[in-house]
Amino acid sequence: MSYISKPRVPYAGIKRNKLGFTVRDYEGGMSTLCAGCGHDSITAALVQAFFELEIPPHRVAKLSGIGCSSKTPAYFLDGAHGLNAVHGRMPAVATGANAANRDLYYVGVSGDGDSLSIGLGQFAHAIRRNVNMLYIIENNGVYGLTKGQFSASADVGSTPKKGDPNRNLPIDPVVFALGIGATFVARSFSGDKDQLIPILKGGLMHKGFALIDVISPCVTFNDHVGSTKSYAHTREHIQETVRSDFVPPAEAIEVDYQEGSATPVRLHDGSHIVLRKVAPEFNSDSRSETISYLEKHQANGEIVTGLLYLDKDADDLHKTFDTTDRPLSEIEFEELCPGEAGLEDVYRMYR
Amino acid sequence: MFKSNDVIANDFVVKVANVNGTGSSSANSLLMKSIFHMGVPVIGKNYFPSNIQGLPTWYEIRVSKDGHVARSGRVDLMVAMNAQTYLQDRDEVSPGGYLLYDSSWPRDERLARDDITLLGVPLSRICNEAFTSARARILMKNITYVGVLSALLDIDRAVISDQLKRTFAGKEHLFDANMKAIQLGYDYAVEHFSCPLRFRVEPLDDTEDMMMIDGNTAAALGCVYAGATFGAWYPITPSTSLMDGFTKFCEKFREDQDSGKKNYCIVQAEDELAAIGMTIGAGWSGARAFTCTSGPGISLMSEFLGFGYYAEMPTVVFDVQRVGPSTGMPTRTQQSDILSCAFASHGDTRHVLLFPAYPEECFYFAIEAFDLAERLQTPVIVLSDLDIGMNDWPCPKLTWAPSYEPDRGKVLNQEELEHLEDFYRYVDSDGDGICFRTYPGVHPRGSFFTRGSGHNKYGGYTEDPTEYQQVLDRLVRKWDTAKQFVPEPLVQTRPGATAAIIAVGSSDGAVQEVLENADQPLNYMRIRAFPFSASVQKFIDDHERIFVVEQNRDAQLKTLLAIELNVDKRKLISVLHYDGFPIGSDHVLAGLNGLLKESVKV
Repeated sequence: MSYISKPRVPYAGIKRNKLGFTVRDYEGGMSTLCAGCGHDSITAALVQAFFELEIPPHRVAKLSGIGCSSKTPAYFLDGAHGLNAVHGRMPAVATGANAANRDLYYVGVSGDGDSLSIGLGQFAHAIRRNVNMLYIIENNGVYGLTKGQFSASADVGSTPKKGDPNRNLPIDPVVFALGIGATFVARSFSGDKDQLIPILKGGLMHKGFALIDVISPCVTFNDHVGSTKSYAHTREHIQETVRSDFVPPAEAIEVDYQEGSATPVRLHDGSHIVLRKVAPEFNSDSRSETISYLEKHQANGEIVTGLLYLDKDADDLHKTFDTTDRPLSEIEFEELCPGEAGLEDVYRMYR
Repeated sequence: MFKSNDVIANDFVVKVANVNGTGSSSANSLLMKSIFHMGVPVIGKNYFPSNIQGLPTWYEIRVSKDGHVARSGRVDLMVAMNAQTYLQDRDEVSPGGYLLYDSSWPRDERLARDDITLLGVPLSRICNEAFTSARARILMKNITYVGVLSALLDIDRAVISDQLKRTFAGKEHLFDANMKAIQLGYDYAVEHFSCPLRFRVEPLDDTEDMMMIDGNTAAALGCVYAGATFGAWYPITPSTSLMDGFTKFCEKFREDQDSGKKNYCIVQAEDELAAIGMTIGAGWSGARAFTCTSGPGISLMSEFLGFGYYAEMPTVVFDVQRVGPSTGMPTRTQQSDILSCAFASHGDTRHVLLFPAYPEECFYFAIEAFDLAERLQTPVIVLSDLDIGMNDWPCPKLTWAPSYEPDRGKVLNQEELEHLEDFYRYVDSDGDGICFRTYPGVHPRGSFFTRGSGHNKYGGYTEDPTEYQQVLDRLVRKWDTAKQFVPEPLVQTRPGATAAIIAVGSSDGAVQEVLENADQPLNYMRIRAFPFSASVQKFIDDHERIFVVEQNRDAQLKTLLAIELNVDKRKLISVLHYDGFPIGSDHVLAGLNGLLKESVKV
């Protein structure tokens, strides 16, 4: 199938953001995924998030690996630079790109196969380096493009369309990421746009690696009775802990966020994430308490969602390496080359 | 060949056999640098184990007034400091040569050899008496043999003292201890032997404006001069010192003047797959970026190299080759990644290769590699090896043309994009196979989708046969264009020569020496790049027989020539060396003269 563009003619009265862009300007090519695919809802949520954040599309770099999820960067932000890397290796490319140009917004879209099997190592090390990017795992528990094999996120006992139930222990990206020090960890559901969009916005504005694990059912290979990643199962077992709102820098924090019921967290650019606790016993300030909360509730089959952990002050890759504030890619050659004088120094050093 | 009392000045080999982890490398480097500072051309080769402490290690210093840099196959003076390898070391001494050993303990007469002279020096005893700490006693034993050699070989002690002063600037007590050891060794030798030996150093004026530098350091410096701002790597011998060098030079030259922050970023990756992925990402974002590795890393990087080729990402990779297959011998040298680099990755994939022969070329080729990678928008692999990369070579003072401008290739800037109606990434508007690219974030019109999946000339995903083939065929056009830009081979001719030698990289030193001594005149072409330019084909056409000298078992260079060029394979005759030590001129000469004789018989 060839690349298809959607018509871009705006109708009169279409809503524009401060940059003058309509939501259509944040869309991409026509999706070639199956009708009803959870990934398309996530794509739509991303379009909305970027539109509302008023980010110029060309200041975004969107990267992915291989798989159904990794096709989706072609379906949003046509005006952004895209890169579809090799399987499981998007984190490395994003790390290099971010190192070279720190001024862009980076969004990586991956899947449970891409991030939890072939790419588990790179996923982990991007977290370790706290690369400043939004990292979405579109998690459906199966390999779609190769027709329905279990992935590493499939739950024990979950049944495939044909054959025996899965017996291997799942890797939960959220618990995994928390365990190795991730600074922004969230889970959401492709079917809950109201929850997902503010989390995406918060993740984009978080200065560091923002992981969002989005349960995104595969309608073709994993949406049947017996699957623990189906729409029905997810809706039945979802348990929201925290509802988050995103408030851009210019807007005042409204009074209705009364003390106790909501906690505004100020991000580096002056925007706020306002956290409203839904589950009373949940405490998102503590990494270890979050992990034990997740383990306890997930043992009961609950799918715990929300912005589960946030450490807004951790050093990102550039802070750690103490790189200059300018993008490395924009430094003039004259500033980088030590010239004849430098070679005189070298000559003395190696005489 | 020579009478045993002939004086041989500035043309001999000293080899030191030692145990690794005893500090011998600083003693050996002191010895070599002192000869160098007497104006005498010299090269040192380190044969070390893949180990930290306790295994045999050798250091071979070739003093050559003619400037030869290859191994000669001779050992005129062996310093046998390792009991474990003593017999092997003794047997390696050339007839008429000398063997220096530690005579602190009584030894068996049968450990001698009739045709060499044994020189016993009680190094351990001397050091045990002169130094108190156990550590000093071990370290100073090595410095003491340098003192002995200064008498035996007539090395100027004032020069040695200068070298030590440099090394121990501000650490007077260390300087004093070292000079004391030198003096003790010197005094013992003068008292007990007739000094100097017939092999000796006589001052020359031939190292003025020269440095002693290894190829990895020179390549790292080249990366700084090319304007590289990003390096990613995974530690692997023998390439590690390249990124170490880059770090060192960046710390020296790349601090941001206003903020004191770094105008560079170096990431130690989790593996080679990530290292090249990061490099490709940084290149995509518009920085000059590189990685360095060795054979096993190339295997791991292959998938991304194919991505780089097909998605047309400028990337520079230094492959400092070591011995394969598999883990092989990590601390030994070979030229055995030629084919795996030329065609790294699946599908119809090929890569531009550069073959530096010595550190000076590592510097200039590093810069060339970035220019080529960006001009051609493709990975460029610089194929160095352990011999070039980790050994200290004499190197002319490097020069810099202030007029140099990096060739960033066809990149559309903001203003150009502003005035462009449409931008399509893979449209060949100039007919040379090279298309215009853009950096992310520069202009809305410049955005496109980079992918390793099938794409058409507009950058869109495709499974259409015609669209797919269009791009693939255009890459062939680009490959042809590359032939004009890569460094030309260097050709040397001799009157009356009908046969010739072809070699690459570090085999050059041995070949250069052989050209002077072969039984018949030979022409020589040193290939410096792949793809092969037209002049490579012509050189092959012009000769009846061609000896292809290379350091691998399977004749990889010969194979590549046979695959790529129109050539009768029978006229390419291999001279191979692949035992892990650098190729010696004696080996090439013996092989070549044998083959020349054989072909006369035919």
